[in-house]
Amino acid sequence: MFRTEEMDINMGPQHPSTHGVLRLKLTLDGEEIVDVRPIIGYLHRGVEKLCEHRTYPMIEPLTDRLDYVAAISENLGYCGAVEKLMGLQVPPRAQYIRVILAELQRIASHLLWLGTHALDLGAMTVYFYTFRERELILDLFEQFCGARLTYNSMRIGGLLEDVPAGWTDRVRHFLGLFPSRQKEYEDLLTVNRIWLGRTRGVGILKADDAVAMGASGPTLRGSGVDYDVRRAQPYSSYEQFEFDVPTGTNCDTYDRYLVRMEEMRQSCRIIRQALDRLPEGEVRAKVPKYIKPPVGEVYHVVESPRGEQGFYLVSKGGEMPYRMRFRSPSFVNLQALPMMCRGQLIADVVAVIGSIDIVLGDVDR
Amino acid sequence: MDPVLERVIVEAAVKIALVFFVVLTTVAYMTWVERRVSAWIQDRRGPNRVGPFGLLQPLADGIKFLFKEEITPPHVYRPVYLLAPILILVPALLTISVVPFGPALRLFGRDVPLRVADVDNGVLIILAFASMGVYGIALAGWSSNNKYSLMGGLRSSAQLISYELAMGLAIVGILMSAGSLRLSDVVARQAEHGWNVLWQLPGFVVFLTAAFAETNRLPFDLPEAETELVAGYHTEYSGMRFSMFYMAEYANMVTASCLAATLYLGGYHVPGLQRLGLPQNAAAIVQLLAFGIKVAFFLFVYVWVRWTIPRFRYDQLMNLGWKVLLPVALVHIVWVAFIVLMGWA
Repeated sequence: MFRTEEMDINMGPQHPSTHGVLRLKLTLDGEEIVDVRPIIGYLHRGVEKLCEHRTYPMIEPLTDRLDYVAAISENLGYCGAVEKLMGLQVPPRAQYIRVILAELQRIASHLLWLGTHALDLGAMTVYFYTFRERELILDLFEQFCGARLTYNSMRIGGLLEDVPAGWTDRVRHFLGLFPSRQKEYEDLLTVNRIWLGRTRGVGILKADDAVAMGASGPTLRGSGVDYDVRRAQPYSSYEQFEFDVPTGTNCDTYDRYLVRMEEMRQSCRIIRQALDRLPEGEVRAKVPKYIKPPVGEVYHVVESPRGEQGFYLVSKGGEMPYRMRFRSPSFVNLQALPMMCRGQLIADVVAVIGSIDIVLGDVDR
Repeated sequence: MDPVLERVIVEAAVKIALVFFVVLTTVAYMTWVERRVSAWIQDRRGPNRVGPFGLLQPLADGIKFLFKEEITPPHVYRPVYLLAPILILVPALLTISVVPFGPALRLFGRDVPLRVADVDNGVLIILAFASMGVYGIALAGWSSNNKYSLMGGLRSSAQLISYELAMGLAIVGILMSAGSLRLSDVVARQAEHGWNVLWQLPGFVVFLTAAFAETNRLPFDLPEAETELVAGYHTEYSGMRFSMFYMAEYANMVTASCLAATLYLGGYHVPGLQRLGLPQNAAAIVQLLAFGIKVAFFLFVYVWVRWTIPRFRYDQLMNLGWKVLLPVALVHIVWVAFIVLMGWA
């Protein structure tokens, strides 16, 4: 007469904690997760195909829409790929400004992650604090290029314009402010018993599994694998900066949290070095009026806030690419989700999704 | 009709109407306080457009809820679905009836005690009504025919049952010291021998924690856990019925705060008031205000905690209830019994 059975439940695509339009088919045994199947594609816009019908400068705004909370990393990766194919040498000043922008973007993106992650676990106030600081970074971006979310901030061969007068001082001002603000978040979370209970030992991703799944970024480093594209394959003169690559030891949600918190500090460190040694000079290399890379193919990776962002570009010598392919870290990291969630409770799924920090625009492309 | 009886009935009716009005107004204004305080905590402004400081916001919200379309989804079990919000709101409001707000007020030549009912088993009535609330939540979750709502309903049943026990045991300490189930005796005893919080601190902590769980407030708001269960048991509700769940939540908060103040902070007792030698009515009003301040303090704590800390997980909540609060409450009983037995209290 009485029996128990597993229950299928759809989490998303309209759900407050799936960070966009991710749909998870959960199989539950009571509150326990038996299986998770992520279903993606609700935000698929066919960006890769669209690229085949755009000239090279026209593609950059499209890259803004991939990982829309870290658009500058996408701009940087895309421009880097084309520059690599064309053999362009970007002027050092432009390279440094790009680094400053990319690291500010990393902080902004991690702030958004921290706010939403804490919100998912019920700590609502952190969200408002992180957005307060993110706003300051967005203001800096607005002063630089006029946009606050989709920047189209760079140009192939460098930047469109130099930074406005006084901008570097405003960045310095932000850097002076940020550490104390970051301490505020840490006071609320890092040693909070409930926070520890919700994140420690939750969503464990062993180092071997993380590598096997192709995970990258903080998701990989949280599992203790010391790999950062900025150091492994430096681009945009990252080799000239000193920074640490934080790694975790327990491979859980809490370690991924700590890794991102430390990454924000390291980003500040990089920006400070870049500001101190900012070279003078041009910000754009000599670029032909019509950008036509030579026949060939190129693969260029950058470390976006979410991980290894790859750009594979095939040129047949025309004004438009023959094929454009994005290796998006969110997509690859997402496939580790079922592995991390099995056997956990339903509330942990929310914590784990938060800890791999996906952006659906990046997953679905 | 016997004129004495008539007076008693009129007096009771007036008091019921007054308490009902005050409680509902407090509930409405708690939503405003919650939003203003959360805004203050979160570095925002909060509602400040409707009236001065947004003070008319609860009114505007009420009007909005009344005029909202009520959607009853086709897949619900209607009789229970319609009944559930009532089942949750009514016990929440009823509990307040036994709380003594102050001593007697001298009006029209007779003493009017400031409470609706001074029953001898007030504490039991409170516990009984508090347990009634779970039916509303469980039935709302079940009748909605929605998996998320059902999980919310189940979570709340499990949660309330485990926390009721700890709460009941914490209160046992009070009963032993007061030797009575009547709340006015509990207050009188504290006026005589000092507030209970001073020597029953473990019981106070257990009671307060359990009260948070009973009222489904963060960090124990698992039944509605909006980031996991969307909104839990009230996902499928809209319009006024939806707002009834909210009113019940705030009414429960008010009740729990009244109880915490009565049981542990001496109720309406103000230390050293007698020495001032105020006339009866003035003293009563001062004590009434003191009670209000104590309740307001607990209400503020509710809001403060909600906007500061994250949410527990279901199993952690159960562990806390059964493995921490329950043993602490039991040890506390032994401690209080020992003190009472030795006559040190």
